[in-house]
Amino acid sequence: MPMEEPLFRLPLSLLLFLSLFLLPTCFSSSTRDLHILNAERRIDLTSHIIKVYLTLKVENSGTSPASEVHLAFSPAEAEHLAIVKAAATSGKRKKMTYTPLDVKSAELPDGPNGTKFFTVTLLTPLNKGETTTLEVLYILTHSLEPFPVEISQSESQLVYYRDSAILLSPYHVKQQTTFIKTPSTRVESFTVVDPAKRAGTELKYGPYEDQPPYSYSPVLVHFENNNPFAVVEELEREIEISHWGNVQVTERYRLAHAGARHKGAFSRVEYQTRPDATGASSFKHLLARLPPRVHSVYYRDDIGNVSTSNLRTDYRKSELEFQPRYPLFGGWKSTFVIGYGLPLQDFLFESPDGRRYLNFTFGCPLTQTVVDKLILKVVLPEGSKDPTAVVPFQVEQHLEVKYSYLDVVGRTVVVLEKRNVVPEHNVPFQVYYTFNPIFMLAEPLMLSLAFFLFFVASVSYLHVDLSIRK
Amino acid sequence: MAASSKPGSPPSSSSSMAQDLFNNFSFSKTLKLKTKQQELLIRVTVLTLIYILAFITRLFSVLRYESMIHEFDPYFNYRTTLYLTKNGFAEFWNWFDSESWYPLGRIIGGTLYPGLMLTAAALYSVLRFLRFAVHIREVCVLTAPFFASNTTLVAYFFGKEIWDSGAGIVAAALIAICPGYISRSVAGSYDNEGVAIFALLLTFYLFVKAVNTGSLAWALASAFGYFYMVSAWGGYVFIINLVPLYVLVLLVTGRYSLRLYVAYNCMYVVGMLLAMQIRFVGFQHVQSGEHMAAMGVFFLLQVFFFLDWVRHLLSDTKLFQAFLRITVTGAVSVGAIALGVGTASGYISPWTGRFYSLLDPTYAKDHIPIIASVSEHQPTAWSSFMFDFHILLFLFPAGLYFCFKRLSDATIFIVMYGLTSMYFAGVMVRLILVATPAVCLISAIAVSATVKNLTRLVRSQSQAVQSGSSKGASTAKSSSKGVIDNSQPFQRNGAIALLLGAFYLLTRYAIHCTWVTSEAYSSPSIVLAARGANGNRVIFDDYREAYFWLRQNTPPDAKVMSWWDYGYQITAMGNRTVIVDNNTWNNTHIATVGRAMSSYEDEAYEIMRSLDVDYVLVVFGGVTGYSSDDINKFLWMVRIGGGVFPVIKEPDYLANGEYRVDKGATPKMLNCLMYKLSYYRFGELTTEYGKPPGFDRARGVEIGNKDIKLEYLEEAFTTQNWIVRIYKVKPPKNRW
Repeated sequence: MPMEEPLFRLPLSLLLFLSLFLLPTCFSSSTRDLHILNAERRIDLTSHIIKVYLTLKVENSGTSPASEVHLAFSPAEAEHLAIVKAAATSGKRKKMTYTPLDVKSAELPDGPNGTKFFTVTLLTPLNKGETTTLEVLYILTHSLEPFPVEISQSESQLVYYRDSAILLSPYHVKQQTTFIKTPSTRVESFTVVDPAKRAGTELKYGPYEDQPPYSYSPVLVHFENNNPFAVVEELEREIEISHWGNVQVTERYRLAHAGARHKGAFSRVEYQTRPDATGASSFKHLLARLPPRVHSVYYRDDIGNVSTSNLRTDYRKSELEFQPRYPLFGGWKSTFVIGYGLPLQDFLFESPDGRRYLNFTFGCPLTQTVVDKLILKVVLPEGSKDPTAVVPFQVEQHLEVKYSYLDVVGRTVVVLEKRNVVPEHNVPFQVYYTFNPIFMLAEPLMLSLAFFLFFVASVSYLHVDLSIRK
Repeated sequence: MAASSKPGSPPSSSSSMAQDLFNNFSFSKTLKLKTKQQELLIRVTVLTLIYILAFITRLFSVLRYESMIHEFDPYFNYRTTLYLTKNGFAEFWNWFDSESWYPLGRIIGGTLYPGLMLTAAALYSVLRFLRFAVHIREVCVLTAPFFASNTTLVAYFFGKEIWDSGAGIVAAALIAICPGYISRSVAGSYDNEGVAIFALLLTFYLFVKAVNTGSLAWALASAFGYFYMVSAWGGYVFIINLVPLYVLVLLVTGRYSLRLYVAYNCMYVVGMLLAMQIRFVGFQHVQSGEHMAAMGVFFLLQVFFFLDWVRHLLSDTKLFQAFLRITVTGAVSVGAIALGVGTASGYISPWTGRFYSLLDPTYAKDHIPIIASVSEHQPTAWSSFMFDFHILLFLFPAGLYFCFKRLSDATIFIVMYGLTSMYFAGVMVRLILVATPAVCLISAIAVSATVKNLTRLVRSQSQAVQSGSSKGASTAKSSSKGVIDNSQPFQRNGAIALLLGAFYLLTRYAIHCTWVTSEAYSSPSIVLAARGANGNRVIFDDYREAYFWLRQNTPPDAKVMSWWDYGYQITAMGNRTVIVDNNTWNNTHIATVGRAMSSYEDEAYEIMRSLDVDYVLVVFGGVTGYSSDDINKFLWMVRIGGGVFPVIKEPDYLANGEYRVDKGATPKMLNCLMYKLSYYRFGELTTEYGKPPGFDRARGVEIGNKDIKLEYLEEAFTTQNWIVRIYKVKPPKNRW
């Protein structure tokens, strides 16, 4: 353990070191050198998880080769930013290939107040006069503000979306267009920044020409969104490894409807007899995608089983469709626990250096939900040593000790914490540890010893005469 | 047996080659040799099986439903156990619960029997110590089955004490599956009775043992058993009255002995002192009328002892007779005066209503509607006797016959226990539980004695036929049977037939018990199950839906008003403050809620405002046909409310003396709060095909008021099947 930590921290400190020394010199020069020829932004507002697809055509007009491109986000966006992904595209339309690029949070000295930056590292530095096309996907959560804040059962939910008509960028942008896709044709209002127009479920801002760096033009879109605003305020996933052949997963959810709050009465008769017209923004069904070969699934809460669930399994995936005890209206909450067992051989492997590692999916199995705080606990078997977690993005981590059945020294628990998790975070992660199989025998031996002692005690009791008087 | 004993006898002389084999053989021989050991082995095996059977037959509820706490009171016990394990004993003992009986609150430590919670918490901590990572709920759910298993062991020892070990085993087997006991001890039925029956039987057993042996140790053990019983259940009053009664009977029948003197004195004095440590019981042993019999018998016993001593000193019988007369008269009059003075001065409290209602079944109906309103306090119907005891009901008199035939201190006890508890079982349905161990024990005596006699008959005859004169070692008993045999030629066949009949009956009993357990006594009553149209199982989980909604979506300090039946559940599952709950300690408070429910909405609003009520919860079965809902309980609300507030009059709610909810109902009924809350917007719903909208399936009528408007309340939540409806009390309107 003590050997591991400095090694693990090395890349981070290196990065800090680099950013401290290199930023003012090399980076600032590149912001002046690069400019964006064409920017196309497609904002998908159909659910409460906002996906923004950004296509940037970048040209190096400076003298020195540039290897990094910066993305700028306003403070409000940065706060709700869940993930930023970038990919370099190559080839023509049909045969377009995407190569994922490294994206890192960065600091730039010349940005306006509170602007947050991300740096995309290109595969090959961009030489003078060259262009490249970047595809960026970033996801925003909690960015749709319900207005009116409270709605009654029969009303549908209207939300505000705030953004800028012009892409916030540290570069000069030659031409840009923004498309906003709304879930329905019902758009109450939108800020008009000429040229802007609306057609069906799509709003188009632009094209705008020659915008200087850090241009910003706030827009407000007020539209209907009746998608379930399912937010898991806290999710605790506990993955317990047993070398006897089982991986037990326990997921504790604290689910809330984060949309417009429910106002006034809840009428069951209307909810029952006119399901289309009432409670449009409420939701009842949830879907969890579980790994294949899942077994012993349970769904319960603080006060017992919840009997409304349905499990479908096939060889590729399992789907657990379930309902909370009651339909969730705006502001209503529910807590529940889902647990299941998985075959060990699907998830536990041995690495070439003899260590074992668990390969499991990060994130939340529920579809279309945002997790505000995800706590992932990997409970290693008793007696395992030197755990290290390998997660493709930054997470907080620490170790705990848990006592379960027949534990003497306790089990090591690797705790990973991450805020603002979206379905895009459902990628595999690994936890490496060393484990001596002899520890597997500890518990059976303890039990047999206990039984043996019990029988010895019974035998001796029957054969020893303890009476004082003969 | 005889054939296999031959090769075992010469092991030492055999060759070394087969030494190993012979060692094995002789080892198995030593296991086999003694009949006594065989008998012990069989007995232990059978007892172990009974122990396991008693546990697993109670797991039907877990199989059919889930591992959950059942019914009403167990939820309170569960909640307090949770509190105990979280906050420790001192906090638990001093707990003032502000979440119930708002705004009065309840002193939990001083108003409950802590035995059950402490037992479960102790089991929990032991399991935790042994590193079994169980949840406290699982411990609570399985406490009752565990103690039922322990009860079978006590029943065995008790049966052994009063009759023989055969009767003990039969008693253990009978009580393991007896529906009368199972009804209160299935998994999840986390109630006082679960451990109390064990404690009750243990106390009785130890006391009988103490009387039989005259041993101080057994008497002390029985005092501790009594202490456990007092800590667990209010039914300890039965012990403290039955034991003195038993002693009195022994005195009257001239069976006074020093053994009895030692046993009773030790048990009473130590037991009483220990019982005073329970805050809820306190000084009742010296102050309450219900406990005075024990004290009287205690003094009487001293008088007896004194007389015995005097008789020992005086050789003149005439002098002694005179002395006896004077002493007894003196003692009785002193006792009577003390009792009279104590009662008159208020030092000795009079008998409580519950006690009266036990002695006189009609008392509660006339005087305490709150006791009479509880279904488990109703007089027992014959069918439920049959349901709970099955063949034991016929075996019971037979067992009594055997007991009288072999009268001893122990059999007198069991006879008295059986007869008194049978009477109480007739008065109140729930007291069948107390009678069950006695019925099982007495029936076991009948079964055991009968089977023993019959098998002896069959065996002795077969031996007589087979061995004839060659064996010659036939005992005096078998020869005497042989004499009877000669007079009745078909006796052996008759005995076999009777044996078969007995086994048939016992088999029927086992089948009946299993069926009753699985079908009738395993329902948690929180989750309702029904059969759907195509035979599938439909589950109505509305209670938990509503309670969970309350728990998650109302302010943490919200006060919920409901009829008292649901109080414990709301506090335990909903985690919200209630106005009244199942503790029913304050009749006026309950009457206030009853009054609110039976008033018009505006009057009820005033009451609810004065009680800070935020939500009102009603249970309504009109959509599903669930009959134990609030509308069917409503007359009790009217009666209890009217008992304290005379403005509520029962005839106002009855149309020509008839309780109805359709068009023929009285206007007061159609517009009272309970009616409005139950049927709000029900008139728009079609519940059954071919029936008009607003057809109440629980009562089978079309409701009388379909156009219900609520002014001061609004529907906050209604569960999927409408079983629970929650209304929010609106804040007062602005005066502008």
